[in-house]
Amino acid sequence: MRIAIEGLAARHPAAASGSLPALKPLTLTVAPGEQLAIIGPSGAGKTTLLHALACALKPATGRLLLDDIDPWKLPVSQLQTLRGQLFLAPQAPPLPPRQRVITAVLAGRLPRQSLLASMASLFYPSHIPEAQAALEKFGLAGKLWERVDRLSGGERQRVGLARALVSSASLWLVDEPLSSLDPSRAAQAIDTLTRSAREHGATLITSLHQVDVAKRFQRIIGLRDGALQFDLPSTEVTHERLAALYAQHEEELLGATANGEENTAENPHIAPLYCR
Amino acid sequence: MNTPVSATVVSPQLRDPAWVSRLFWLLAAAVLLAPALVITEFKPWTLFEPETIKSTKRFISDFFPPKIETEFLLLVMREAWRTVAIATAGMALALIIAVPLAFISTSAISISALPGRMHALPFVLRQATRWLLIVLRSVPELVWALVFVRVVGLGPTAGVLAIALTYGGMLGKVYGEILESDETHATHALLRNGAGRLQAFFYGLLPQSAPELTSYTVYRWECAIRSSAVLGFVGAGGLGQQMDNSMKMFQGSEVATMLIAFMLLVAVADQASAWLRKMLA
Repeated sequence: MRIAIEGLAARHPAAASGSLPALKPLTLTVAPGEQLAIIGPSGAGKTTLLHALACALKPATGRLLLDDIDPWKLPVSQLQTLRGQLFLAPQAPPLPPRQRVITAVLAGRLPRQSLLASMASLFYPSHIPEAQAALEKFGLAGKLWERVDRLSGGERQRVGLARALVSSASLWLVDEPLSSLDPSRAAQAIDTLTRSAREHGATLITSLHQVDVAKRFQRIIGLRDGALQFDLPSTEVTHERLAALYAQHEEELLGATANGEENTAENPHIAPLYCR
Repeated sequence: MNTPVSATVVSPQLRDPAWVSRLFWLLAAAVLLAPALVITEFKPWTLFEPETIKSTKRFISDFFPPKIETEFLLLVMREAWRTVAIATAGMALALIIAVPLAFISTSAISISALPGRMHALPFVLRQATRWLLIVLRSVPELVWALVFVRVVGLGPTAGVLAIALTYGGMLGKVYGEILESDETHATHALLRNGAGRLQAFFYGLLPQSAPELTSYTVYRWECAIRSSAVLGFVGAGGLGQQMDNSMKMFQGSEVATMLIAFMLLVAVADQASAWLRKMLA
């Protein structure tokens, strides 16, 4: 999917209309099949940008074009169909605790399934091999029939990512996919994501806290205080640029909070030590 | 070092600053509630006047011994079973009313509300559904029963319909509230990824809220059993109707047996509901 955003600014729906937007006017184009990473300190507007791209957040100003279509000019039903082309994986895995892993993964297929087929799939899961293959790629082959609340925080996060693999989306927007994974799992997860996105022909945009992982992407976007700091091939992202991006937030650059804030409470035993 | 504070000399800093307002509200409550005692003719001493005690004694002594003839016991059992059946059938109909209305009324699966504000039409529809539920549940089942006894005649049908309407409103409103108060992260993620409302409901919202919904339903079923016994008094069938008959005939011993049967029934329903809810937790 080709993305073009022109002077797009966005703010949280609950924010006052006069307040400063979380994302200041931003212009950006992404070619179909491109893969890019968004980095920046906490509160830089990474999640807001992903939500705006996913049509989860209406732009305050400017516009968004997905394959040359402005989604906010579409009627609600067509916008919902278009959303089936967009896969947004939030940072906290959106899985009901009592659901089984198989159902949670197959939920990624819902947009391309009829209501009847999805009901039947609750009675007897319809695409078991597909779900199993997706889980296998994230090292979760044995968890197919487990309940979500029996999984660790890191396993839940990977189940949330496995959903992307069964979806038919052509734009994957992944928010901090590694926040509760240990380094080796993180490497596996990011490899799987990039490889599968390529296989699906999907555009992949992911926000990351780990600068060294972001370096694996060809293109890196640096956000700070809701404004674009740089949009460069990763080879040109120098230490000086990173230092400027993370000024006053050096501890995040050094990995002190690379684990993500939300998941530490849930998963205290995983403490990734990123060597830089 | 600790300085012992004597009771007579208390420095101003050590006086509880909240006590004036506490005293004020206590007096205010007394002043406001006193008229209620007058309005409700609250005169407990009349209970102990010799005349009252005499008639109470007569009424109570009629209860002993409870009637335990086999034929009568069988009748009581049949009527108790009918009470359970009225409650269960009423609940089943109530669910048919409540589930779709709760689904319509809950804003947790609104697609137009995803990026911020719900559109006007769905908002009006949701509000209208909510009002319908409030109207249904604000009419007591006793009133519905009186209406239906006129329409369909004496018997269990009136009780079933009365419970269906009131409980349909009650369940629908509370279901809607449960669905809205629960964590909607999973549901909204599905909607944002293009799933339909019903799909998001079955894959996100329902697994999240199912235990709470079921537990509330079981609790309401237990309430319906108690309520269907009361409905019997206005002729809507079941144990209550028999109890009413016996009371009018001054058959105290029959009333006593049925009261005991009713207490047992409520205790069993209570246990069953507690057990079911524990299973679901």
